[in-house]
Amino acid sequence: MTREAKRWKVPKGHVYVLDDICKGCGFCIEYCPRKVLIRAERFNAKGYHPPEVVDANACVMCGFCELVCPDFAIWTEKEEGKDAA
Amino acid sequence: MQVKTKPVPEIVPGAKHPMEKYLRTDRIPHIWCSGCGLGIVLGNFLYALDELGWDPDSVAVVAGIGCTARIPGYLRLDTYHTTHGRPIPVATGLKLANPKLHVVVISGDGDLFAIGGNHLIHAARRNLDMTVVCVNNFNYGMTGGQGGPTTPLEGRTTTTPFGNFEHAFNLVHLAASAGASYVARWTTLDGRRLQKGLMDALSHKGFTFVEVISPCPTNYGRRNKIGEGLDELRYYADHSVIHHGANPQEAEIIPGKPFLVGTFVDVDKPTYHEMYAAKVAEMGGKK
Amino acid sequence: MPPKATLAGVHFMNGDEAIAEGAIAAGCRFFAAYPITPQSEIAERLAWRLPQVGGAFIQMEDEIAAMAAVVGGAWGGQKAMTATSGPGFSLMMENLGLAIMTETPCVVANVQRAAPSTGLPTAVGQGDMMQARWGSHGHYEIIALVPSSPQEAFDLTVKACALSERFRVPVLIMTDEVVGHMYERVEIPAEVPVAPRRRPNVPPSEFLPFKPDADLVPPMACAGEGYRVHVTGLTHDERGYPDMSDVAHDRLVRRLAEKILRYRSEMTFYEEIGLQDAEIAVVSYGISARVAYGALAQARRKGIRAGMLRLITAWPFPDERVRLLAQKVKGIVVVELNLGQMSREVERATQGRVPLSGVFHSGGRIHTPEEVLAGIEEVARCR
Repeated sequence: MTREAKRWKVPKGHVYVLDDICKGCGFCIEYCPRKVLIRAERFNAKGYHPPEVVDANACVMCGFCELVCPDFAIWTEKEEGKDAA
Repeated sequence: MQVKTKPVPEIVPGAKHPMEKYLRTDRIPHIWCSGCGLGIVLGNFLYALDELGWDPDSVAVVAGIGCTARIPGYLRLDTYHTTHGRPIPVATGLKLANPKLHVVVISGDGDLFAIGGNHLIHAARRNLDMTVVCVNNFNYGMTGGQGGPTTPLEGRTTTTPFGNFEHAFNLVHLAASAGASYVARWTTLDGRRLQKGLMDALSHKGFTFVEVISPCPTNYGRRNKIGEGLDELRYYADHSVIHHGANPQEAEIIPGKPFLVGTFVDVDKPTYHEMYAAKVAEMGGKK
Repeated sequence: MPPKATLAGVHFMNGDEAIAEGAIAAGCRFFAAYPITPQSEIAERLAWRLPQVGGAFIQMEDEIAAMAAVVGGAWGGQKAMTATSGPGFSLMMENLGLAIMTETPCVVANVQRAAPSTGLPTAVGQGDMMQARWGSHGHYEIIALVPSSPQEAFDLTVKACALSERFRVPVLIMTDEVVGHMYERVEIPAEVPVAPRRRPNVPPSEFLPFKPDADLVPPMACAGEGYRVHVTGLTHDERGYPDMSDVAHDRLVRRLAEKILRYRSEMTFYEEIGLQDAEIAVVSYGISARVAYGALAQARRKGIRAGMLRLITAWPFPDERVRLLAQKVKGIVVVELNLGQMSREVERATQGRVPLSGVFHSGGRIHTPEEVLAGIEEVARCR
C-alpha cells in the first residue's frame, strides 16, 4: 500500500492523496465542510477520478475526509506546532 | 464556486496513511466496490482502536461470511474469517479460552441476524464480554443482492423481484431485547460519532452491539433507485435523527421516513465471566 | 485439598464419564456442547469438573455453535473438545470442515445412537461411521478412533488429544450408546502425558502461519501471542491470505490430506485376537466387537478357527492390515450396527480375494453372540 502520495500544503499541515487506490466515490469531496477538494478531470490507473485540492487555504484539518474515505486514500497531517481546528 | 488557480501537489514517495500500522497493506486496495461503506467501517474501527490505545496483540477480530466479513482479512491483528453466521460462537470460544483477549465480531446483517441470529441473541443473553459490529446494507451483497431479514418492505432485491413483502428486523431492538448491555446505531456518514460509538462499545464491559447503516450501491442502491454510494449518504444526512436513549422499539427503518441513530442502551450488568468467576469462588475447592 | 486434574486410581465409571476424565487428564480445558442423549453425561461431568481445574465449560445454543466455539477455544490457546450424538453430529459438520481447513486441533466425541434422524434416541447404533469419514463437504482426511470399553474410551480420548495436536486436525471418538452408558473398571494412571501444541520457532515478523514443517504440519500461533495471524476457511496461501487460484487450492487440499496419509501408521491402531491360526476373521469395532469376542469362543468350540481384527482406528482405514488379513484367512465377517458401512472399506481393501459376509443390524440393540456365530458359520461354509 505504501506508494507515492500527492501532498498539498494547507495552512496547518498537509493533505495527502493516494491517487491509485482511490475508487472515486466522491465522499471526501461532498462532505468536506470547507470545500477544499474537487474531483480531478484525470482518471487514475483504475479509471476513477480521484480528489484533488482546489482551495488549500480553506482546509482546517477537521479530518473528516480521512474518516469518510472507504479506501485509506486520503488523510491529513498537521504540522508540528500548529493546532488542528 | 469559482475555481482559483489549483495548488500544485508535491510527490511524496513512501507516504504512510496513519492507520497503515493496523493494516495488512499487501492486501490493499480491498475488494469492495466504489461507494461501498465497508471501508469506512474498517477505517473508523481502526481510528477507534487507535484512540483507545489498546495493545493490538490483545485484540482478536472475528467475522463470518459476506462482504463485511472480509474486514478482518485487512487487519494486521489476530483475525478469524469463519463460517457463515458463526462468528459469534467462534468469538465465544476465543473469549472463554483466553479471557484477556478483547474480542470483536464484525459481520453483516445477513450473517449475524439470518443464519447467525440464534447465536447473537444467546451471546447477548449471556452478556459475554465482546463487541459485535453489524454492518447493515439491507441485502446480501456478496452473493449478488438477495433479500434478507433487514430488507425493508417493498425493497427490490434479486429474490424479491416484485418488492419485499416480509417484515424486517429492527436490529437494535432485537439486540436490546436479547440483553445487550450497550446498543447503538450510526451510519457510515457519522464520522466522529461512529468512531466514538465504536470506542464506547469496545470499552464497555459485557455484550455490546453497534449497527452501522452502510451503502451497497452495486446491489441495493442500484435496484432501489437510490443511486450511487454518495446518494445513499445524502439519504442518511436527510433522514437520520440523533436521539440518545430512545426506545429501541421506535428505531424501525422505513424507506422515505426519518430513522433513529444514537445510543439506545448503555447499562452495567454482570458479564458472563464475572458471573462465572463468582460461581467458582462460591464453590471454593469443594466438589 | 485442591481438586485434582487427573483422578489417578481405579474407578467404576461409564464410557461417557471416562471420555470426560480422559479429556481433563489430557489437558483439555475447553469444552462446549449442547445436551443430547446419550452424550449428556460427558457434558454433565465436564460442567462439574472443568471449573474445578480452571477450565471453561459452556453449554451453547446448538451443536453448530458448540463446534464453532471449539474452533475458537483452540485458537484461544486451549485444548478444546465437544461431544454429541448423531443429530448434533450432523449440525457439527459445517464447522468440522472449518476446523479441517484452518488446521484446528480439537476432539469431537460422537456417542452414536440408532438413526437416521431422531431414530431411537436412547438406543445404540453405529450408523455414523461414513458420516465421520465424509460428513463435511469437500475432500479431506480425518482421524476417527472407536473405543470398545470405558477404559478404552479414557485411553483413546487421551490419544485423540495428542493426535489432534500432532497433526492439527479434528480427531473423532466414534463411540456408541452402550459403551457410553456401560459401567466398568477404569484405571486412570498417575501420569498422563499432555501433548504440546506445535509452536512457532521464529519471531512474528518471519512467521508464515500456514507454511508447513517438513512433516507437512505448520506450527500454530494462537490469538494474543503477538503473531497476528489471519485464519480463514477460504483457500489460503502460506501467509493465511485468501488465494482463489486452482493451483493454491489443489496444493492446500493435497497437503491437508497428505499430512494424515503419510503418517497413517502413527495413528492406525487395532487389536488382533486369535488371528495366528484363524481361518475365519471377524472384522468389527466398538460395542459390536465386544459381542464378537463371545462368538469367537463359540466358533472354536464348534471347530471353526475364528479370530478377530478389532478396529480401534476407523479412519484412516487400515487398508494394509486388512489386505494382509485377506491373504491369510479363508473368509471375513464384518459385524457392525448399520447395514454395511465399514464393510465397504473391508471389501475395498480385500479386493474380492476372500468371501465376505456382513452381520448387520440397524441398531436399537446390540448383536447377540449367536448372530455373529451364524455369520462366522455362513462364511466358513463358503470356503
